[in-house]
Amino acid sequence: MTLLNSYFGKFGGMYVPQILMPALYQLEKTFVFSLKDHQFKKELSDLLKNYAGRPTPLTLCQNLTKGTNTRIYLKREDLLHGGAHKTNQVLGQALLAKQMKKKEIIAETGAGQHGVASALSCALLGLKCRVYMGIKDIKRQQQNVFRMKLMGAKVIPVTTGSGTLKDACNEALRDWSKNYINAHYMLGTAAGPHPYPTIVKEFQSIIGKETKKQILTKEHCLPNAIIACIGGGSNAIGIFSSFITDNSVKLIGVEPAGKGIHTKKHGAPLTHGDTGIFFGMKTKIMQTEEGQIKESWSISAGLDFPAVGPEHAWLDSIKRATYVSVTDHEAIHAFQCLSKSEGIIPALECSHALAYALKLMKSDPNKHQVLIVNISGRGDKDIKTVKNFLKNSE
Amino acid sequence: MNRYQKLYKTLIPFKNGCFIPFLILGDPSINISLKIIDLLIENGADGLELGIPFSDPLADGKIIQNANLRAFSSGINIYKCFKMLYDIRKKHKNIPIGLLSYANLIFKFGIKNFYLKCSDIDIDSILIADLPVEESYSFRKYAKIYHISPVFICPPDAEQEIITKIARYSTGYIYLLSRSGVTGIDNKIIVPPLHLINKLKKITNVPIIQGFGISNTKQIKKIVLSGISGIICGSIIIQLIEQHSHDEEILIQKIKNLSLSLKKATKIIE
Repeated sequence: MTLLNSYFGKFGGMYVPQILMPALYQLEKTFVFSLKDHQFKKELSDLLKNYAGRPTPLTLCQNLTKGTNTRIYLKREDLLHGGAHKTNQVLGQALLAKQMKKKEIIAETGAGQHGVASALSCALLGLKCRVYMGIKDIKRQQQNVFRMKLMGAKVIPVTTGSGTLKDACNEALRDWSKNYINAHYMLGTAAGPHPYPTIVKEFQSIIGKETKKQILTKEHCLPNAIIACIGGGSNAIGIFSSFITDNSVKLIGVEPAGKGIHTKKHGAPLTHGDTGIFFGMKTKIMQTEEGQIKESWSISAGLDFPAVGPEHAWLDSIKRATYVSVTDHEAIHAFQCLSKSEGIIPALECSHALAYALKLMKSDPNKHQVLIVNISGRGDKDIKTVKNFLKNSE
Repeated sequence: MNRYQKLYKTLIPFKNGCFIPFLILGDPSINISLKIIDLLIENGADGLELGIPFSDPLADGKIIQNANLRAFSSGINIYKCFKMLYDIRKKHKNIPIGLLSYANLIFKFGIKNFYLKCSDIDIDSILIADLPVEESYSFRKYAKIYHISPVFICPPDAEQEIITKIARYSTGYIYLLSRSGVTGIDNKIIVPPLHLINKLKKITNVPIIQGFGISNTKQIKKIVLSGISGIICGSIIIQLIEQHSHDEEILIQKIKNLSLSLKKATKIIE
């Protein structure tokens, strides 16, 4: 029996080989206990403040919105140590691993941001770290591979399947099913089997808590909409978490439409997939008519995943959140706009969210609206990808 | 009495274990796959465990992952799998046939429809690699309605509560894991978890079959002598398919020899 509800409506669950169930129960028990433990909370809070650099600012775009009545704020997770929101939850999970007396960390990564965050938290807390990464992602994210290695992590190339995040996730689970006694699987997003979606949401909820406080101070009201990109969905659920019960605030998740939904080269399971069971959870996935998992596509390695966290599938089903999709092309355009107008280079992941905010702004320039975009990470890692994209578009 | 019960009835008095080969349907092609299955049955297989190819088989190691890919390359799909199973059953009326699947294939097909289809083909058991007993209710429900035995995996370090559940719900046999991890070939000695065997035997008469890592006759003898009812062998057979898929004659000969020797190892009394 689980201590917490393992489902969000009909989504979620623990669809893993039986051998992993005790490890999941142990993790859940440690998590529940730790949340009530003053010492644990104090230690995490201290790390978030003095190591990771929280709170991150909420920045008003000074130039991007000129000539309109839209005010766009950016929640600056790009300024967090490590360069992305991923640091929030790996610090929490690394402390849980220590509580469980596990000395090794298994992680998977797509764009490398979760790999980097895992590596830095392991270096800090004295844990041995190995990171599974698809061979295709290793090629497109070499800078992050180097950063992981610098911080002492072992990067294991995954050649199976499409050589992307999906395959890295499978390999990490395979490793964990052998080594769960001594190793903790530091899952990188609010997806996978229970209790991961709940744990990752809890540790990422700090984004939402800070955002709410900051926007009330700056605008004295709640925003009209919060917009975040969705791969597995951790940055989105983190910022949504404080606003789910505020029905006046629109929650908008942006999936990658890749080369265009019609080309079938996309990564949009919420808007163009259907319910299935994959990677330990029942959720919306991209699959064939026979239930084989499809390969996803996005120019952003961090969004290149054929499934989505179960809470998003639930928020979608009850229509509390709206999910849309944005193409590679639109994301690159937003990436350029923010770089040029505000001097902020966003990650390609959150450029998708920004692209949708720009669409909302341009569709009705006279509308008075306050939009918050979660800038989940910085774009240094994506510069080569963007450069190649622009070169090929010329 | 179902086919598993009949089989154990014929083997147990002679203290013989059963030899169940595991194969991926359609590997390396539908025709060769069917020939291999016939060959295994003619040369000692007491039952069959057949896998429906899945894109993301996370309980499997490299050898079986590659078998899935070969099967896909040969053009397999779930409907062709059912056709193969229908042909196998038509030819081999008495052999127990167990299916191994991943949860999404059954969920997508419709749980009810899947079990109904398997019942029409006269499949004996279904094991779902990524379905722990805790999440199994909606699958077990239809297994019961359509008289198909659910099979659950018992890990080597299972605690009493889970052992009790597995013993209650696993009706064809209990799949006892030799070790943690994924499928593959181990050449080292596999120590049967005696404490677990004893615990299971105290609460159920359902036979215990051991799998994962079993690849040689020494291991098999030791396992059968420990009181386990039989073994499932997959990767060692599938590795032969991988190595000789382009030379059918050699492949057939190698599989025949392997099957005979693995079966022989399960016989305590000749």
